[in-house]
Amino acid sequence: MTALQVSVWRGGADGRLQAFEVPRYPSQTVLDVVTHIQRKIDPSLAYRYACRVGMCGSCAMTVNGVPRWTCRTHVDRVAKDGTLELRPLRNLPIVRDLVADMRTFFDKWERARGHFEGGATRADDFARVAPESPARQAADAGIECIGCGVCYAACDVVRWNPDYLGPAALNRAWTLITDVRDTKTAERLRAIAGDAGCHACHTHTSCTERCPMHLSPTASIAGLKRAVTKAALEGKL
Amino acid sequence: MLWIVQRASAAVLALCVTVHLVTIVYAVRGGLTAADIFARTRGSLGWLAFYTLFVLAVAVHAPIGLRPVLTEWLGWRGRTREWFVAAFGVALAWLGMRAALVVFR
Amino acid sequence: MKRVALIHRLSGIALALFLPVHFWALGLGLEMDAFLRWTEQPVVKFAEWGIVVLLAAHLGGGLRVLAIEFLDWHEWQKSLAAIAGAIVLAAGLAFALAL
Repeated sequence: MTALQVSVWRGGADGRLQAFEVPRYPSQTVLDVVTHIQRKIDPSLAYRYACRVGMCGSCAMTVNGVPRWTCRTHVDRVAKDGTLELRPLRNLPIVRDLVADMRTFFDKWERARGHFEGGATRADDFARVAPESPARQAADAGIECIGCGVCYAACDVVRWNPDYLGPAALNRAWTLITDVRDTKTAERLRAIAGDAGCHACHTHTSCTERCPMHLSPTASIAGLKRAVTKAALEGKL
Repeated sequence: MLWIVQRASAAVLALCVTVHLVTIVYAVRGGLTAADIFARTRGSLGWLAFYTLFVLAVAVHAPIGLRPVLTEWLGWRGRTREWFVAAFGVALAWLGMRAALVVFR
Repeated sequence: MKRVALIHRLSGIALALFLPVHFWALGLGLEMDAFLRWTEQPVVKFAEWGIVVLLAAHLGGGLRVLAIEFLDWHEWQKSLAAIAGAIVLAAGLAFALAL
């Protein structure tokens, strides 16, 4: 089998691409390639992975210009001409090499009030939520997000507007707003409305196209736009 | 609520643009002269109403649409951007009504 | 950047630049018969066709956004529908304008 020509980002924002030659094997994933480089060629390479089976999202990085999970990306799929270019996730500061600093991603999650705020106590009975109800189905469509950052890296508006909360934070806010048990709907709507929030989304749908969990932040954000408008017209904001 | 105003004006414009283009094509194809055109538009409250609606929809839709482009591609933020966008809307409304009145009067 | 989004944005900018000029020119109250004769010129016909294309492109992109924000379709269906609508409009008008 021929070898792969792999360019890998090294250093910080002012770093450069470094070339490696990696043996090619059948059913090889990009994670296999990066691991080979770090274990067999250059131990100083920094990169992230954990589960290596497509469940944790830690291995997200930019592969030939596209944000992906390296453990779930077969080399055959992306290296048609035998070359790979690996960079850290876009739109985030670089820690080193292929490792991105996820702090702004999670800070924005918090700014969108992306945590559940219920009103029940242990003395109350269980909440009864019909799974087939439209509200619950809307929430269920978005709750599998594991915060991998691929959508954030894919988003043009995140790239252009550093204040923009981003698809993941907004998707999470939506799943909480449609959760009938959550009590802070008005506050959350206020947190996600406006030029840094859902209204900055231009429906490019890059997030939905790239989400490895097959979620649609676009649909969630559309829901937020409608919810904010409804609340504003009803004087609830 | 700029978002819903933008969507509403978009819907209005989809209709107005279609009517306007069909009208222009009809006039050109039909070889209408200036006299023919003015005969139909002068003193016509219907046409005035239509073009007023059209102009207002444009005066609202274009500035709101440009607003994020100014920030995202030119880095323009804050009060001055809002003033510029509003001024652009006023300019479009004024120029547009001026144009509409030419065929009405 | 997504191609359909880029076209939508660029056509919007072009139209936003064109419209003030269009309004201003019409508002001058030029002699209508002379104006109509001027529009017969091929370069003007070409510009008119260009504007119709820009409108169709922008309308198509806009219909796509409206469909995604208000309806429950799949994204690719909406893109196809919006693009199809825009093509029909542009084609029909280009023919009608006999350019």
